[in-house]
Amino acid sequence: MFKYLPLTDTNRKDMLKVINVSDVDDLLIDIPSSLRLKKPYAILPRLSEHQLRKHLKANQGTVLESYRGFGAYEHERPAIVDTLSSRQEFLTSYTPYQPEVAQGTLQYIFEWQSMITELTGMEVSNASVYDGPTALAEAMMMAVNIATHRRVIVASPLLPHVEKVIQTYAHYRNITLDVLPSKAGLIDINALEKAMQEPFSAVIFCYPNRYGNIEYFDRFVAAIHQQKALVISYNDPFALSRLKTPGSLGADIVCGEAQSLGLPLSFGGPYLGYLATKMDYVRKMPGRICGYTKDSRGERGFVLTLQAREQHIRREKANSNICSNQSLLALQATIYCASMGKQGLVKAFDQATQATHYLAQELVKTNLFTMAFQAPFAYEVTLTYVGDTEALENGLLQHGYLLGQRLDDQRVIFYCSESKTKTDIDAFVSLIKEVHHDL
Amino acid sequence: MTYNRLIFELSSPGRIGFELTQQGFQDGDVSTPLDTSLFRDSPADLPEVSELEVVRHYTKVSQKNIGIESGFYPLGSCTMKYNPKINDEMASLDGFRLIHPLQPLSTVQPLLKLYHETATMLNEITGMAGTTLNTFAGAHGELIGLMIMKHYHELRGDHRRTKVIIPDSAHGTNPASAMMLGYETITLPSKDGLVDIDTLLPFLDDTIAGIMLTNPNTMGLFEKDILKISKAVHDVGGLLYYDGANLNPLLGIARPGDMGFDIMHMNLHKTFSTPHGGGGPGSGPVSVAAHLVEYLPSPVVTKVGEDYTLSYPEHACGQVGGFYGNFLVMIRAYSYIRTVAHDLMNVGPNAILNANYIKESLKNDYKLVIQKPCMHEFVFSGLIDQSTGVKTLDIAKRTLDFGIHAPTIYFPLLVEQSIMIEPTEVESKETLDQFIAIFKQIAHEAKTQPDIVKTAPHSTPVGRLDEVFAARFPTLHFKALQKVEQK
Repeated sequence: MFKYLPLTDTNRKDMLKVINVSDVDDLLIDIPSSLRLKKPYAILPRLSEHQLRKHLKANQGTVLESYRGFGAYEHERPAIVDTLSSRQEFLTSYTPYQPEVAQGTLQYIFEWQSMITELTGMEVSNASVYDGPTALAEAMMMAVNIATHRRVIVASPLLPHVEKVIQTYAHYRNITLDVLPSKAGLIDINALEKAMQEPFSAVIFCYPNRYGNIEYFDRFVAAIHQQKALVISYNDPFALSRLKTPGSLGADIVCGEAQSLGLPLSFGGPYLGYLATKMDYVRKMPGRICGYTKDSRGERGFVLTLQAREQHIRREKANSNICSNQSLLALQATIYCASMGKQGLVKAFDQATQATHYLAQELVKTNLFTMAFQAPFAYEVTLTYVGDTEALENGLLQHGYLLGQRLDDQRVIFYCSESKTKTDIDAFVSLIKEVHHDL
Repeated sequence: MTYNRLIFELSSPGRIGFELTQQGFQDGDVSTPLDTSLFRDSPADLPEVSELEVVRHYTKVSQKNIGIESGFYPLGSCTMKYNPKINDEMASLDGFRLIHPLQPLSTVQPLLKLYHETATMLNEITGMAGTTLNTFAGAHGELIGLMIMKHYHELRGDHRRTKVIIPDSAHGTNPASAMMLGYETITLPSKDGLVDIDTLLPFLDDTIAGIMLTNPNTMGLFEKDILKISKAVHDVGGLLYYDGANLNPLLGIARPGDMGFDIMHMNLHKTFSTPHGGGGPGSGPVSVAAHLVEYLPSPVVTKVGEDYTLSYPEHACGQVGGFYGNFLVMIRAYSYIRTVAHDLMNVGPNAILNANYIKESLKNDYKLVIQKPCMHEFVFSGLIDQSTGVKTLDIAKRTLDFGIHAPTIYFPLLVEQSIMIEPTEVESKETLDQFIAIFKQIAHEAKTQPDIVKTAPHSTPVGRLDEVFAARFPTLHFKALQKVEQK
């Protein structure tokens, strides 16, 4: 007997009798005997709950005082995000295939879609996809399906891991990805104008970009649309609380990584990709979409809708193979946005931006750093260090601090969350001076 | 009346639900703030609600769902087994949850070790040689598995292989994944619910990249000719892909690797008990045979002496997600495997016994499609007596009135009015008996008072929902809904 296996010997005997066989083996006659397992799995030995807890508590990673973002952002998180999202009705249910007993899931997905349309300024959002990079890969494939040229241009400097993932998808999907060089941490306008002389399906923009710099793309939109191509914008939705919406700038598809909306860092996953577009393109959109309807009593209700786009109906003619969403993470992000509210999310952005600007200013004052670029930035900034960044990173680690992301031997991208106080930053700057001095 | 207000409808200007840390900056501390001309014209219309309002709202919203802890959840092909609480507790440890994915490797050695150990145990359980956990879901695993297949053929200079064979009983993700990689799909008709080797053989030639099989398949049947199939496919240079959606009944019984499969994915949210979360996050590790290990996606967690590192092998099929997959989901699966341990050998047999018990107990009321023992699930084709017009949809909706979830319906597509039932190994005989009694009662009602069944459900938070209306008039966010309801 085992705690998750409730059949007793008596149960088993009674059940076999109903089935009219004498042994479970009699039910396995179709399996060639050469394939039957002869011995137990050679895996690590059993741990009791108590032993497991002890074992994993002793095998954790080192939690650091962090100034690193680069696509994964630490934020203040209301306690209720976890308590509410761990309710079993949310946690253990399946995809809402029987909507009458899944209105809970459907309703929060509808709320999530509403929040994403608000943040992005777009007309429709799906129920979420795996993560930011795969969201951009889906957006790229969606644009190619709409505009039909198998070429997509990347104009803004993307985070390296985002770029790698879309390269992979482009390769296997037979799409040529034209990744343009950047200029002074921004779009290289000449390179973009030149790239647009050959047919393409979409141009990908991003703000804040790889370096934390903010640069809008509205001046390119008319020329792109004139060529019947699409504008894709990749954005951290946390930034869209304050920055101009990609919708207002003329984007056709907006996507990105929504881990920043209240999800823990989790060593990279599970995260939360989002994807939004215009109503004109909704039928080309991948993923689940939740819609409003009425029930037999005339009451408000929600269902998964426009499913004729999807794999379980269309099979090889589907828009994508995607069938799950990151539902529970979308719930967490929804609860986070509801708690932060209209004012709170903007305030968090302003605080993170203020802290990062202060850090940059104080680090430059030390004469150990200079600004790498002259562009506007919010909560991430690229600085050039006078010494070797790897040595600095190692030195800080000894004190339990995580340096910003090292771009190379000289440049570092720093991130400050809204929780960093003036005292925290002053202490960090002093520590950097001290560590630098000892190198 | 059921609570159906949206969080936006609770909003009152000025209310807040969270208090941020005070940073202690004075005016003038920052000499060059961000230029306000970059700001949006007006803030996003997010709700303005207090903390208690948020808590009450989502508590009430949750009560409109049923989960595995509410009652029996016999969704075929979904393996809705119990999600142990200890696994959630382990995934919530600070040393996992608060770790940045780009921290120096010296600070994450235990995490890489857990990844490596999980992959190694999955190799053993599946009979494969290498496993990546970088993939986010079953369908994602399929896509990456097929990328490996394509990459393998391409690197060998074998460019003629443009087709993938998929049985008509397959999950819809199989043809959709193949399409995404530009493959032409050949739909293989089943015979008595199985792949028929004589039907398969004429399709096999040097244009076949591979075949995708689910075994046991979605009819709940073991592909008895699997060894002949794998030999025939390998003989023409094709690869065998194993869709691991139905791996659960094979625990303790057989391994895909031993059957000749070259590439497979599994669903940690099915076989390895991690929560489905209302549609995700899942995790869909991909395992491959020895000759394909070098093609697994990067980064690869590699053991070098006593240390663990991330490597980017030359022939890796590429990077397929931001970082290292759904790590916290993996921690849950690791916890499951370590605590169940040698009792994994009893998972398959008990799941199979439970399914056959329900099948035999209901076969005089519901039309059984295949008259032989099943594996972990089986398919009915509606009621035996369909004279009163009660359809599978009605039966499913009526099931909900009894506080349990309905089985999977209208899948697989090759069975009319299909009802697909998978009880899993975690259910007791008492639970199965209750379900059997409910299904017998519904069959009885269908004869004596069919309207009760046809108008079901009656006791759920909402009545039967109008899906046609939703698709004809897409209303996909709050402001659109406000406009529609004002009319």
